[in-house]
Order: sequence, then C-alpha cells, then structure tokens
Amino acid sequence: MSEPSIRLSGVSKRFGDTVALDEVDLDVQPGEIFGILGRSGAGKSTLLRTVNLLTRPDTGDVHVGGEAVTALSGRRLRAARARTAMIFQHFNLLSNRNAASNVALPLRFAGVPRAERRARAAELLDLVGLADKARAYPGQLSGGQRQRLAIARALAAEPTVLLSDEATSALDTDTTDEILDLLADLNRELGLTILLITHELEVITRICHRAAVMEAGRFVETGPVAELLADPASRLGASARRLAARLLGDDVAAGALDGGERA
Amino acid sequence: MIELLYESLLETLHIVGVSGAWTLLGGLVVGVVLYVTSKSGPRPFAVVNQPLGLAVNIGRSAPFVLLMVAVVPLTRAITGTTIGTEAAIVPLVIASIPFFARLVESALLEVQPGLIEAARSMGAGVPALVWRVVLPEATPGLIRGFTVTLVAVVSYSAMAGIVGGGGLGDLAYRYGYQRFQTEYMIWPLVVLVVLVQLFQILGDGCARTLDRR
Repeated sequence: MSEPSIRLSGVSKRFGDTVALDEVDLDVQPGEIFGILGRSGAGKSTLLRTVNLLTRPDTGDVHVGGEAVTALSGRRLRAARARTAMIFQHFNLLSNRNAASNVALPLRFAGVPRAERRARAAELLDLVGLADKARAYPGQLSGGQRQRLAIARALAAEPTVLLSDEATSALDTDTTDEILDLLADLNRELGLTILLITHELEVITRICHRAAVMEAGRFVETGPVAELLADPASRLGASARRLAARLLGDDVAAGALDGGERA
Repeated sequence: MIELLYESLLETLHIVGVSGAWTLLGGLVVGVVLYVTSKSGPRPFAVVNQPLGLAVNIGRSAPFVLLMVAVVPLTRAITGTTIGTEAAIVPLVIASIPFFARLVESALLEVQPGLIEAARSMGAGVPALVWRVVLPEATPGLIRGFTVTLVAVVSYSAMAGIVGGGGLGDLAYRYGYQRFQTEYMIWPLVVLVVLVQLFQILGDGCARTLDRR
C-alpha cells in the first residue's frame, strides 16, 4: 500500500477535564474521501484541527504526505498548513474583499506576484463555476456560492489535502448536494484527498469512500461506506435505517432496505 | 469678529490635524500590539500586554486638564516651549493615543474568530494575519473609532487655551467669558458644533462605503 496521505497515530487531546480525543488512529489514503460522522461534542472538530495543527495534540503523531507535522514549528509548520487546505461551515470569507481577492489570499501569504495571483484566481473561480462573480463581495453571494468561493480559495495554494469542517451544514438540501458533487469532482479530477467531518449521514453516503463513526473522542467503527451500510450491526447502517424510516415510514423503509440487502 | 473667528478656526484645525495624525499612527500601533498580545489574541504575551494595558488605562483616567500640566516637562523637551499651539499638541496626543488604542483593540477583537482560523489554516504568520486579514476586515470599525477620537480631540483642544494654544475654545474663553462678550461665546461654539458634525458625517460615510457585510 502507498504511504497514507494523512496518518494519525495515538492522537489524544484534553481540554481541562474533558477528553476531546482519546488515542485516535487514522489512515487516509491518497485520493480518498474519508468521512467522520458524529454528534456535536464527539471530538470531530478537534480531530480535524490536529491535522493542520490548529490544535496541537497532547500526545501522538500526525503525518501529512509522509511528513511528521507534529514535529514542525514556525515557518515550516506554516508551509505545511498551506499544503493542507480547509473549508468551514460558515465559509469564513473576508467580507470586505471581493471574490477574486478572497481566492488570492493564500497566494498573498505565499508571496506569489500579483499578475500570477490574478491569473490563478480567475482560473479557480472558473473551476468552481463563479467566473462571472470575480468582483462580487461575499455578502452579495448565496450560501452555495459562498462555499464554492471558499473551495476555490482553499485550492489556490495547490494543496494535496482538503479538510472539510461541516462544509454543508449551513446549506439547504439541494445546495448541499451541489457542493458535495463539486467536492467529488475535485477529488476525481485533481486527485485531492478529502477528510471531512459531518453530523449528516447523507454527506457520508453520497461522496465518502470510507467512514468512521466517532463518539466521545474515539472511533467506534471504521470501514468502507458500502460495507458499513450493508452491515446490519453497524451504527452507520442503523442510522441509515432510522433515517429511511423517518422519511418513508417504517414498513416501506424496512422493505426497501431488505430489498437492497438481497440485491 | 469674523477675522478672529477665522484665525481661531485655523488654529483649531491645525491642532486637531496634527494631533489627529499622530494619534492615528500611535493609536494603531498601540492598539494592534494590545490586540496581538491579549489573552484571546493571535500571540498572547502578558509581559507586554499587561504593562501596556496599565499605561493605557492610566492615560485614559487622567483628566485632560491635569494631564496637560503634568506633562509640561515632556512638552518642553519635545517642543522647546510650554506655551502656544505646538505645546498644546503634545498633551493632546498623549491623551488621545490611549483613547484611540482601546477603540482599535476592540474593533480588532470583533473580527470573526473563524476568519482568523481560516487565515492560520492557510499558513499565515502573525504579521500577515494582522496586515492582510484583521486590519482590512476591521477597517469600518477603525474609521468609526477614529471619528469618535477626533471629536474628542476637538473638545480637548478647546482646553488648549490654558497653555496659550489658541483655537476656538481659547477665543470663547478669553473674549466671551473673561470679557463678557456673549457673541464671542456663541459663535466659536457654533463653529465647533459644525466642525464636529462634519467629522461625524465624513467618518460615517467612509465607514459605510467600506463596509461590505
């Protein structure tokens, strides 16, 4: 097997008396979309932030692209962060800068010259379908457009890994699907490795190759999404059944899922 | 009368202009340092933050009239004199830098934490974070804070008469109050009100134009 794109080994983090992460191990392969499902407070957010060291773990090692980022500090840590992009639930765009300068922001941090920044920003806005919005301010864009813009910005410094922090949780269902499809496209076309956290099961089932369910700072199950869904004993499968029952009514849902399992 | 009023207005504008420029510069620097080193800032550093915060609080709690007298030795060291317009500017700047610095600090603290996290995730160091993210996002708030400061400077400048600083306040005091010429009391006041209104309208306008939220 090739070297994992992201590797967490024995990562723990406490905030006072609260254990946010309890000896977490995780391997994400290059080109994989890995999803972590959990309720709020399960530790997903802390876990995601240990990958780019926005949160430094108390113990354990984090490797990104084979490099031990937990050993880095200063300039080299900042360079490593630039290769590990991140998108957020509330987009976190600069409200007083237009779309093109938002996209160019990581390039400014990297010291890329102005002409190159402009060209790259235009290219990226085109990639996410916002070519005509270069001069618009985030306040003039819809939620889905803002997340597209944030994705374009995240890609500006040509990262190998994208961390997604509940990126669709503030969006309606249709827009969620649109953003997820965009992430799946980018994964396929650019070979981008994506690690995402979510509390929405649909996010996992729609685009993730593998997934883990997180509770109280630990993974309670991990595996390929299709296998977890097919396993009657898995929590992911159970959540899927509950969701189907809520949407379709108990009988129909039971029938549909049974049929699905036989097939 | 018109001539005196005009002369005094120019003196006031001179005092407010020069003090305002120094205050803008000094207040921004002190405010940014307070923000960066504060407990919830990007680089907490109590050894710098606490003494600086204390100095700012002392500067803000001293009544201006007392401050003006207290800093006389410093004024002499800087300007070579303790009377006149230049001598009035020194205490004015000393009084208004702490005032503006606190407003700068609070405007910067209001920038969404998520934005700072996003910038850090892109590999921004503290200087880039402050220069490229925090200051641009806080610009409307900074302008509003500076407008408030400038209005306070106008009002302080009226006391500059005590050190022979001239200006509209001095005119009103010497001619209007000490010589019982009521119209010399009223007209400088009217001009001051108009001046403050102008500053406020200008400041609000700039802040609104730059605010894209």
